[in-house]
Amino acid sequence: MFGATPGDPTYLDWLFTAWGWTAAVSSLALIIALVMGILMGTLRTLPKESLPYKAITLLANSWVELFRNIPVLVQIFLWYHVIPILIPALKSVPSFLLVSLALGFFTSARIAEQVKSGIFSLPKGQSYAALSLGMTRLQTYRFVILPMALRIIIPPLTSECMNIVKNSSVAFAVSVSELTLFAMQTQEETSRGIEMYLAVTILYITTAFTVNRVMALIEKKASIPGFTASTNSSGGH
Amino acid sequence: MNLDLSFYNWELFHNFILKGLIFSVQLTFFATLGGIFFGTVLALLRLSKSPLLSVPASWYVNLMRSIPLVMVILWFFLLMPSIIGRSIGAELSAYITFIAFEAAFFCEIIRAGINSVSQGQNNAAFALGMTYRQNMSLIILPQAFRNMIPVLMTQTIILFQDTSLVYAIGAYDLLKGFEVSGKNYGRPIESYLLAAIVYFLICFTLSTVVKKIQARVAIIR
Repeated sequence: MFGATPGDPTYLDWLFTAWGWTAAVSSLALIIALVMGILMGTLRTLPKESLPYKAITLLANSWVELFRNIPVLVQIFLWYHVIPILIPALKSVPSFLLVSLALGFFTSARIAEQVKSGIFSLPKGQSYAALSLGMTRLQTYRFVILPMALRIIIPPLTSECMNIVKNSSVAFAVSVSELTLFAMQTQEETSRGIEMYLAVTILYITTAFTVNRVMALIEKKASIPGFTASTNSSGGH
Repeated sequence: MNLDLSFYNWELFHNFILKGLIFSVQLTFFATLGGIFFGTVLALLRLSKSPLLSVPASWYVNLMRSIPLVMVILWFFLLMPSIIGRSIGAELSAYITFIAFEAAFFCEIIRAGINSVSQGQNNAAFALGMTYRQNMSLIILPQAFRNMIPVLMTQTIILFQDTSLVYAIGAYDLLKGFEVSGKNYGRPIESYLLAAIVYFLICFTLSTVVKKIQARVAIIR
């Protein structure tokens, strides 16, 4: 089918296109996950001193519980089959985008958990000092708390970034032509399963390793002397 | 849109969902037991002073941890027939895959647990003349496992969620049960919604229990 005549796309071309899709889904999902995760994680740490704060905290906590307790594959099916019926505007959205949203929200719950523990690991004096200097709550988070907390949680964030790449493999279920679907399809077509799987596996490992090195670089640049993550090793895949 | 759940009754649950639910629970159960057993072995190998034991073990763990679970499931499904010599079916393949894959994750949890027991316990046991085996089985592992209970249970919840990935090889699990019933009755939307609700209720209940246990274990320590 492929590579029969010169100039036709080869399986190698197809493999790299599939890698591109994996990278695209993972990066978009990562952006969504970081934005929502940092937002929800921060909201969960608001002091429970007034009714609006309590309501916001409850909302953010529900977000985390909702997206953490449903398997990612089920969430992808929800985004693909159910939500476009509820919100007709999403009907024309390509499945690549829906998968990224699903994966992003799923991961945002886990990132929110880490942001929360990062913020709670800071000494209370930091926010007291900022507030007593006359900073508003927003300024305190923006200039004092978050710059510290986000740097502290880089190690657990690294494993979440690698998890996103791995979890993007679930996109095969809604026919996004990323690496796993490539492996499944070409194994059927060529009966050369081992070679195809090997190529895909190597690309996954390469990607995860690259992400790991990039994050290590960021960690080195951003590290604060004397502060390290209190990683609550909560397991994961 | 209007949801119509009237198609959903006990008969449907019994015919389609129950079979899948039982498989998912069994897979979770055996993968947890097998994963903890082989994970402990791997952890002890990784902590061994001999590089002959620790290097292959850490290679295995790092390899499993850097490949997506779906790919591991596909690999085993592809390779099992040529290793064993005959086709073994998606369900059995899923059991073997999950035990092999989860062992790597449980290994890391158990290794952290063993390291969390203070070095003095080790020294005291050896000073009393205990052998390595006695030290591990009587002193270190009991304390390590007690510290690890909440993390191990969290991992089991994640494992239960991950059993839905056997979709890739067509094994009949809880999600498949909902999918098949949705297709048979022409109600995919309601089915997927129900699937999400059922998974949520199971996982949310379990994680609430874990939080309770975590609080108790923390006080005892």
